Amino acid sequence: MVTDSSPAFPVKEAMAFGDGAFTAFAWALRRDLRLAMRSRAELGVQILFYIIVVALFPLSMAPDRELLLLLGPGVLWVAALLASLLSLPRLFASDYADGTLEQMALSPLPLPALILGKISAHWLTTGLPVVLLAPLLSIQYSLESEAVWVLMAGLLIGTPVLSLLGAIGAALTLGLRSGGGSLLALLILPLYIPILIFGAMAVDVARSGASAGAQFSLLAAGLLLALAGAPFATSAAVRISLD
Amino acid sequence: MLEIQNLAARRGYVTLFSQVSFKVEPGEALVITGANGTGKTTLLRILAGLSHPLSGKILWQGKEVRAFDPVLRNNITFIGHAASLKDELTAEENLTLLVKLAGEEVTMDALREALREVALGARLTVPARVLSQGQRRRIGLARLKLAPRPLWILDEPVTALDPAGIALLTGMMAAHLAKGGAVIAATHQALDLPKGAMRQMSFQ
Repeated sequence: MVTDSSPAFPVKEAMAFGDGAFTAFAWALRRDLRLAMRSRAELGVQILFYIIVVALFPLSMAPDRELLLLLGPGVLWVAALLASLLSLPRLFASDYADGTLEQMALSPLPLPALILGKISAHWLTTGLPVVLLAPLLSIQYSLESEAVWVLMAGLLIGTPVLSLLGAIGAALTLGLRSGGGSLLALLILPLYIPILIFGAMAVDVARSGASAGAQFSLLAAGLLLALAGAPFATSAAVRISLD
Repeated sequence: MLEIQNLAARRGYVTLFSQVSFKVEPGEALVITGANGTGKTTLLRILAGLSHPLSGKILWQGKEVRAFDPVLRNNITFIGHAASLKDELTAEENLTLLVKLAGEEVTMDALREALREVALGARLTVPARVLSQGQRRRIGLARLKLAPRPLWILDEPVTALDPAGIALLTGMMAAHLAKGGAVIAATHQALDLPKGAMRQMSFQ
């Protein structure tokens, strides 16, 4: 056999940290958005759930304007939390089942960047609708327009944190045969508490006429922390689940 | 190319195998046979870097590597039981995604050509959900072609393939070996590969 002098396979050096991170991020984001568009019904369920939970509260209480005003921001935030929780098990489940997650972990592209892309797609399809629907739903609670703006801004900073933290739990509960969903809730809901507190508090503070700057700073700090840590923690959890 | 020394693996409380050592050189195919449940898949997953062994060493070109090592991720294509396809996406879209995930660029023409070679030319734009199991495996074959890697690790590659598909696969494997690539495959069926290049290992 004649052997070729040039190697048939280019020797690939290990990628430096950060190389291909953007390619990986864009790959996962575009793929997951496309998949979401192909199965829109699933998205609708989660958004409908959010709308219904928010709408149920006023129906179950005395029609007292003051009471609704007090409860409104909290109810919207809790509903956003539950809606996020409802969609989380699906974040990795289908990739895990069809072997794509294996291929992601074995890809030369950096896994944390792939995961950040997936989380971003998750937020765009589940978190962003929650933010955009908030003004419509707060009509039921007769929130003033200024409070609605504060609520929306809080949700805009807070819901990505829900997706980022939730991804860690979703990855950790992947290998479980059943009951993954309820364990996920137990794992993740306590971590959501600070976001819930500061998000709802921002609206109360703004309604009382003070500045909600401190609450927003804390929410934003939470977002930065989650953004820096969650993709790496999730990658580690995915690798544990695959082992 | 790839060498393992005294590898042992455990699943739950069962030790599947221990003291497994071998070496695969360029141009060689290692075919692993053995009954169900003897640890073939576990071994392949360890070699691909998906799983940690209980003990033992894996060396790539003489250097020790661990699970998820970038060196392994850059040099190995692993095709497991699952075809890694998205049911909602077409054959074309699925293949593009898999090739890009392997860090390679591909033109639409090359992609269609590869799908034609694995006899999926007429199925470019149907969702993967309506493809048969054999057709799904063939997308994996097209991927081997478009994302060249020195070492292929294939778990039950002939499952669900028809005789023409098996011939296609063994042809691709022979060409890969001739180019200086290597293959490690677990299978229950005999593979028609060049005798000099193939070694058998049996698990019990």
